[in-house]
Parts: sequence; C-alpha cells; structure tokens
Amino acid sequence: MQWRNSPTRYGFVSVSLHWLVALVVFGLFALGYWMVGLDYYSSWYTKAPDIHKSVGLILFAVMVLRVIWRWVSPPPGHLASHGPLTQKATRFGHAFLYLGLFVLMISGYLISTAEGRGIPVFGWFEVPATLTSIPNQEDVAGLVHEYLAWALVIFAGIHGLAALKHHFIDRDTTLTRMLGR
Amino acid sequence: MLKKTLAALAIGTALLGAGQAMAADYALDIKGQHAFVNFKIGHLGYSYIYGSFKEFDGSFSYDSKNPEASKINVTLKTESVDTNNAERDKHIRSGDFLNVSKNPTATFESTSVKSTGEGMADVTGNLTLNGVTKPVVVAAKFVGEGDDPWGGYRAGFEGTTTIKMKDFNIEKDLGPASQEVELMISFEGVRK
Repeated sequence: MQWRNSPTRYGFVSVSLHWLVALVVFGLFALGYWMVGLDYYSSWYTKAPDIHKSVGLILFAVMVLRVIWRWVSPPPGHLASHGPLTQKATRFGHAFLYLGLFVLMISGYLISTAEGRGIPVFGWFEVPATLTSIPNQEDVAGLVHEYLAWALVIFAGIHGLAALKHHFIDRDTTLTRMLGR
Repeated sequence: MLKKTLAALAIGTALLGAGQAMAADYALDIKGQHAFVNFKIGHLGYSYIYGSFKEFDGSFSYDSKNPEASKINVTLKTESVDTNNAERDKHIRSGDFLNVSKNPTATFESTSVKSTGEGMADVTGNLTLNGVTKPVVVAAKFVGEGDDPWGGYRAGFEGTTTIKMKDFNIEKDLGPASQEVELMISFEGVRK
C-alpha cells in the first residue's frame, strides 16, 4: 500500500487515521457514558475522566493532522458508480463527521477549563485554559458535548451502515477502498 | 466653638439612638455584596469543601428592642453555586444534587424568631431546596448596626444551620462523612 492517496485509492496514512479515529471515538463515547454514572467511591471515579480527557485532547491533535494530510494528499474522487445525489450526501455526511468531531472535542475542553484550570494529558504536559467567559460555560458546553456525542456516534453508525450497504448491496468498492485496496 | 461642636455631636448621637429603637426594613446589600451564602460539606471525612451561592437577594426587618419580631426572606439562584471547580459545579447543578433546571430557586422564609441570649436568636423558617420545603432553625448572631460612611444605615448578622441532603431529596451518596451540609450566612442590610 502506498503512503499517499492516489486519484483512485486511499493510502496508508489516510486508512490508518480513519480506523484509528473510528476506534478512539467509539471508545471515548463508551468511556464517557460509563464514567458519568460511576459511584463516588469507585476507584475509576477520577481515573476514567482523566483518561477520557487525555485521549480526547490527543485525538484533537490527530484530527488536526488528519485535516492537514487531507490537504497535503487529497482523498481519491467519488466512485463513478455513485450518482450525483449520493456524492452530495457523502460530502455533507463527511463534513458533518469532521465538523461535529471538532465541536465535540472543543466543547469537552471548554467544560473542564471553564474556570481557568488547564487539562493535564496523562501527566505529560498540560493544555492551558483559553476561553473562560461564556456565561454558564461548563453547563452550556456540557449540554453540547452530551447531545453532540450521541448525534455523532449515531451518525457514525449510519456512516458504517452506508459503507456496508455499498459493499453488500451495491457491490462497489466504497468499503474496500478504506482498507487500502 | 468646641462646646457647640460637642453639643451637636451629643444631639446627633441621641437622634441616632432614637433611630435604633424603631423597627426597620432592610434590603440585603447585594450591590456592594456585603452578603454571603456559603456552605461546607465534608470530603471523605478528611477535609471540607467550601462553596458559595453567588446570586441571591432578600430583605429583613429588625428592631434591636424587639428582636423576636424580626423577619427575613431570601431567594437564591441555585445555578449560581460555585465551589471553585467547574466540573464539580456542573455536577452539583445536575440531577445528582441541586437539579437546577427543574428547581432554579431556593428560598428561606422565616416563621418565628426566638431570642437565645444577648444578640443571639434561633430563626426558624421554611427552607425550600430542590423542590422540597422543610423547616430549619438558623442559629443567628447579631453583629452590629449603625450609620455607614456613605449616608446609609446598616445592620448585619451571621447565622449557621445544618441540613441533611437526603431531607431535601438529594439522593447522591457521597459517603458517611458527607451526609450533611452546613450553611453559613453573613447578611448586611441597608435600611430602606
């Protein structure tokens, strides 16, 4: 598999980033869902949110690299078998996934930093607070984070089902392309 | 000249004394914020968390000659809770604790005042918190009253009471050392 994307195929970097981000996003959703219901005396009560925030901030850096890579090495074009409506839906869908993920990560960051406290990333370094003056910041950001997380995993699920539909029903290469073939 | 000044001071002081004898209504000094609703709760049994409600308002009536006729009303915005940690404040506002979207205000309305000594009183009243109304007794201590330097007249007191969280339907269990919250208020009122 070549590193870069070609006009017809995804390269190693884009394929790896795609599946890594997918894994991390679903992992963070599960972790987040689980951790907010933890008992105060659970040994995970402070550990789980620390991991969630650290991984989330690293994901943000990875997503920035992913966008840069998209620009350095543009993804292959639409399959010829996809009609104009499918192409349009694909563009909107992917834009929502990218944009939604960024808003989701930023909203999470704004909860924890609402009072000016930075977020330590696995104790390696700290991401400082920036925006702290939105009225009721931690509550507003919290609502955005919660609802958008649900919207995004549901939409990512639809994205996956659509890929399966292309693979099994349309029998085109939409899914296999994302495996680098 | 000196005698005249002294006489004027004496008259002034006498008038002031007369003023003190009248029951008066006071508004909590929210503008200058010489009023605080603070609380503390045990953490694991090892220390205390201190917190504060930032937005509230109220009024009281007070007469030093008849303190048992005093009355007080306070309304506070539950979402204004602040414990110096955004994540914790968000959690306190949630359904686990204060449920602020459903119960945006908490109120205290006095029903009776019983003098317990010089400048001391038990203020009984109805506390509405998290949608539950229950009588509580605030141990109050009169601090002082008199003219302020800016043309007003002020009186103030402080008070404490302890409530059980479960009594107000706050079901989140923080452990045996954190079942109760101590409320600590310091109110300065400006005479209306």
